[in-house]
Amino acid sequence: MKIVFTTKGKTWESPMDARFGRAEMFLVYDEETDTLEAIDNSATESMEHGVGGQSSKKMINAGANVVITGNGAGEKALKILKTTGIEFFTGAGEMSVKEAYEAYKQNRLQKQF
Amino acid sequence: MKITIASGKGGTGKTTISSNLTSYLASLGEKVVLADLDVEEPNSALFLNAKLVHSKVSNKMIPKWDATDCTLCGKCEEVCNFNAILHLPEEIRVFPELCHSCYACSELCPTDSLPMTPSQIGIINEYKNELFTMVEGRLDLGQEMSIPLIAQTIDYVDEKFADHIKIYDAPPGTSCPVIEASRYSDFVILITEATPFGLNDLRLAVETMRVLNQKVGVIINRYGIGDDGVEKYCQDENIPIITKIQNDREVAKLYSNGELIYDKIEHFKNSLDEVIAFIGGLK
Repeated sequence: MKIVFTTKGKTWESPMDARFGRAEMFLVYDEETDTLEAIDNSATESMEHGVGGQSSKKMINAGANVVITGNGAGEKALKILKTTGIEFFTGAGEMSVKEAYEAYKQNRLQKQF
Repeated sequence: MKITIASGKGGTGKTTISSNLTSYLASLGEKVVLADLDVEEPNSALFLNAKLVHSKVSNKMIPKWDATDCTLCGKCEEVCNFNAILHLPEEIRVFPELCHSCYACSELCPTDSLPMTPSQIGIINEYKNELFTMVEGRLDLGQEMSIPLIAQTIDYVDEKFADHIKIYDAPPGTSCPVIEASRYSDFVILITEATPFGLNDLRLAVETMRVLNQKVGVIINRYGIGDDGVEKYCQDENIPIITKIQNDREVAKLYSNGELIYDKIEHFKNSLDEVIAFIGGLK
């Protein structure tokens, strides 16, 4: 199972980024191999439109099963991701990556879809 | 003659002045047409007691994915400057609201898998009252791009009312919609108020119009509030102040009730006379 966090850094201690489309970074945790891999998303900062689509594509290409974020996916991301079977959990915007993972495991996050 | 009524700041009186100016000109026997180009929320028709006489659907061209011969090469996403195309592992996804109808994806697709097809973005309405005609563009809910509709509304008015004076009521701000509403006009009247906010946004609007090589004049609305910053700025920059409309609660009341003003308030009418004299000088 691959879990993607929207973050502002590359480690378990890093703070989460509450945004999905314009998240600074995506941190992919592969539960099977117990490894973390960072995907840079900072280019979305300078994009005016369409970040939801681009970020969604990164989720698909990363093979994500679950995405953990703060505010949730916007309209365009929803359109794409709803049909992929990827699950979205929100409410982790103020946590560290580690806290977000624990909250997810303990069913303390809201499921967006 | 095409005149755009614009402003940097919102709520300075573009619609009040353009609807009253058009009505007044028409009452004087001029052939005049008003175009409401604030397509995200057109409201001029509210003031004009006008009847809808014609409606036309406005489309823009968007690519539609045809999976038959597509090899998912991704060229389309690569050439799209607006992120309107997403190349996913098993499909090509088009976001019509982001598409600028540039045709690049469609033309450069090696397998012709993205034919351009019309898609409705809004409607163009033509209204008439006893004196004149008014045309508005009205963008559909959820549409993000107003430029094609603004352009089509201008085309509609230009074609149908070639020999009329055309007054374009522009959206506020200084971004693409304002530029589209101003670039083909003979003159741009910028409405402002004499406050620091008004001055700041007027400056942005003047700079925008200079990039377009547009000639501008300023109407100071609600004159009497604020300070003399706007007047000083106009003097320094050699921008004509066409008229100053007195700040008057009665004007605001009439506006709020959806009524015209020039036929009820003398000083407002006098200001419009100055505008008309100025326009006359432009001819």
